[in-house]
Amino acid sequence: MDTIRNAFPYLMEGLQVTLYIFVIAIILGFLIGLVVALLRLAPIKILNWIAKIFVDAIRGTPFIVQLFFIYFGLNSLGFFSLDNTTAGIVTVAINAGAYFSEIIRAGIQSIDKGQTEAARSLGLNATQNMRFIILPQAFRRMLPTITNQAIISLKDTSLLSVIGIADLTQEGRIQASATFDAFNVYLIVGIIYFVVIYLLSMLASFVERKFVLR
Amino acid sequence: MTMIRVENLKKSFGKLEVLKDISTVIEEKEVVCVIGPSGSGKSTFLRCLNRLEDITGGHVYIEGVDITEPKNDINKIRQDVGMVFQQFNLFPHKSVLENVTLAPMKLKKNDKKAITEKAYELLDKVGLREKANVYPGQLSGGQKQRVAIARALAMDPKIMLFDEPTSALDPEMVGDVLDVMKQLALEGMTMVVVTHEMGFAREVGDRVMFIDGGYIVEENVPDELFGNPQHERTKSFLSKVL
Repeated sequence: MDTIRNAFPYLMEGLQVTLYIFVIAIILGFLIGLVVALLRLAPIKILNWIAKIFVDAIRGTPFIVQLFFIYFGLNSLGFFSLDNTTAGIVTVAINAGAYFSEIIRAGIQSIDKGQTEAARSLGLNATQNMRFIILPQAFRRMLPTITNQAIISLKDTSLLSVIGIADLTQEGRIQASATFDAFNVYLIVGIIYFVVIYLLSMLASFVERKFVLR
Repeated sequence: MTMIRVENLKKSFGKLEVLKDISTVIEEKEVVCVIGPSGSGKSTFLRCLNRLEDITGGHVYIEGVDITEPKNDINKIRQDVGMVFQQFNLFPHKSVLENVTLAPMKLKKNDKKAITEKAYELLDKVGLREKANVYPGQLSGGQKQRVAIARALAMDPKIMLFDEPTSALDPEMVGDVLDVMKQLALEGMTMVVVTHEMGFAREVGDRVMFIDGGYIVEENVPDELFGNPQHERTKSFLSKVL
């Protein structure tokens, strides 16, 4: 019990870092995903290709390699210097963005063509159709998959500990060696992750119910 | 006044040539019913009139404006051309009222109150005012189609296109929708109606156009076309559907 009492405040600090990175990265990631999905569906071949190459590159490489590439690789060029938190946020955002873009693309494509035809026949332009007719319907359908990806990204943030970010996992590692009670410390770390993710999925299903009850 | 002028319209889907050479003129307040076997190109013809289909060749003029000319703003032209679809295509995430007000709210300069009042009037007209706050999922097919008509009318179109508006309806729903269309025709709306309802075509149409194989085979006033068809293909089609 003493171990836990001593370690807990540090773990909470780590959790704050984890959540801070997660929230910023997931919002950025969603925006990246939206833009990439729209590029992927744009009626211009070259944009489709750029989007596809981006998605394939991210999906085809491990997260940790992406992280090292952005943090060590880009910094080694010497044009700029990213601190580890920024590099972490950028990596999670880009990684989630690639997966989000595929989810969003599938969501958009799942909406019946008649919706677009009705909207366009009324005189709405392509952008208005996307914004008022297609995306609102697509998002409802995508919500469960988006939640899933958000949870994966949250868990991916634990890998940021390897570039020295003091997130929940990193704090756990420090506390485990400081207290010599790895079993209990990592048990608590696991429970904290579990609770956060559980709350996240509860929030998601609440939003889902609110939207779908129609 | 000429509302629609079609000159040598051609439409292909890849190698498949659906419309081969269509020319016709539709005057203001005219109600033209388009009939023909399935696959004849009649729906494609209708969908070319507001460029929902990219036009392969020829010209379509709406109120004198060539819609095949890329520099003419098609979105602006479409505001004058309402369309009603076989599958209704209501926006399921919007209430009935929002379905009707959405386009005018985004595209017209009128104040919101006037648009909403107009929407209620239109819902009255199609007999669905009490459904204003309901979502499309809770409506029957016939009700959906009447909302779709109100939605198209909310933009104050000068022309209304109907693409088999009653084909997806249960038989007992058809009458309500046809009644609304009849009323619209009486009020002087210019209408092009692709339909299998020969009774409607005969009663409401000023002209019936028989399309087959990508051509207008024959067009005439309903009594003549139904009573005294000139072409073999028209005769054989009518003998199957009447």
